[in-house]
Amino acid sequence: MPTFSTNAANQGFCSCHVCSLVSRVDQMSDSRRCPRCRALLRFRKPASVSRCWSLLIAAYILYIPANLLTMMETGSLLNYRKDTILSGVVHLWETGSWGISTIVFIASVMIPLLKLISLSLLLVSVQRGSKLHPRLRTSLYRSVELVGRWSMLDIYVVTLLAALVQMGTMATVKAGPAALAFGAVVILTMFASMQFEPRLIWDPLEKREPDDDDTE
Amino acid sequence: MNRDTAQLIVCHDCDLLQREIALKKGCSASCSRCGALLYRNATDSINRTLAWTAAAFIVFIIANIFPIFAIELQGDRSVLNLIEAVSSIWTQKMQLMSLVVFVTTILIPTVEMLSMIYLLSSLKMLRIPFGHIMIMKMIRVVSPWGMIEILMLGMLVSLVKLTSSFKVILGLALWSFGLLTFLLAAAAASFSARHIWNLIDKIGGMKS
Ligand SMILES: [Zn+2]
Repeated sequence: MPTFSTNAANQGFCSCHVCSLVSRVDQMSDSRRCPRCRALLRFRKPASVSRCWSLLIAAYILYIPANLLTMMETGSLLNYRKDTILSGVVHLWETGSWGISTIVFIASVMIPLLKLISLSLLLVSVQRGSKLHPRLRTSLYRSVELVGRWSMLDIYVVTLLAALVQMGTMATVKAGPAALAFGAVVILTMFASMQFEPRLIWDPLEKREPDDDDTE
Repeated sequence: MNRDTAQLIVCHDCDLLQREIALKKGCSASCSRCGALLYRNATDSINRTLAWTAAAFIVFIIANIFPIFAIELQGDRSVLNLIEAVSSIWTQKMQLMSLVVFVTTILIPTVEMLSMIYLLSSLKMLRIPFGHIMIMKMIRVVSPWGMIEILMLGMLVSLVKLTSSFKVILGLALWSFGLLTFLLAAAAASFSARHIWNLIDKIGGMKS
């Protein structure tokens, strides 16, 4: 593919964030709206780093009750148990549902944790103007966006079970407070990753010679 | 519209300015610097997306009417469909959670499918529908929050958890949600926003 070897923004080109149409943005004209869809043209998402950090910090805080409090209460004539996210996974493993237990472990434990860490690392690297592994960091961002939503899994499981198993003293399932906190973590991190601007990863590389090659 | 910028394309991940090239059917172009998907030449995009989405909407209605599964314990029986699940959680004082489930699995999929059908069927008749910019904006914002496929996985996980203590009877909606997941994935695979915008430009150009 023929390229111009530099960022669009440096050459005064801006792609519309709604319809992707590329237009030239001059300082002269004050109409900075996309000619096709009238959306406001902007080179980068506004206040991306600070917005992303605030959502992320809120997610970190809620991550604690999400893991410590009860996710699901299960009661029947024979036994009664209170499960956190992690103890629920362990219980599934012990009862022999290894496949399902692995899926739940990935969706509810690994993905949220990796997402929080990845976004924090990306933000720190962008704030420091790091020039290391831009392609790798961009891929990391893309995978965070792709898999992040799957953490909602446990919310649906708890909802279905709590709604279905309502048989009085014989069998009851109740959603615990952790479900709410956990749902909030998932939603906050999804908003955080939407606020993150991956082009900031590439901006520091532009400040060197204009014709250098970063593809490796 | 500016002629010389029409062929330009900017990578949404790394901001590299590139020139659009013609692609073979079914191929996609990715950014030469960061590897992001730039655009693809989806085969017969408008027709196929419309067909998959219309089919998905019909299946979605079935999936919401019929029960997902039922459990039996010593003659006691409990049946569940999606709307009942949402309202049951609401009465159990988990209103926020109920709202999240309602929005991500009922409201957003409905809105997304209906607006897609409205938009694409108008474009097929070479008409630019009323509010097309708003609809395109909305589809873009709303689509990451439609979570039917995750709900589907959630049903399977619940199923495994239930079988350890109950006799479980599978309902029609469970199969419908499985089919729906497939149909929505097919619709997403044939959807191409770039294609739709180009068509809107073309129809606009014919009218003026
Ligand atoms: Zn790129």
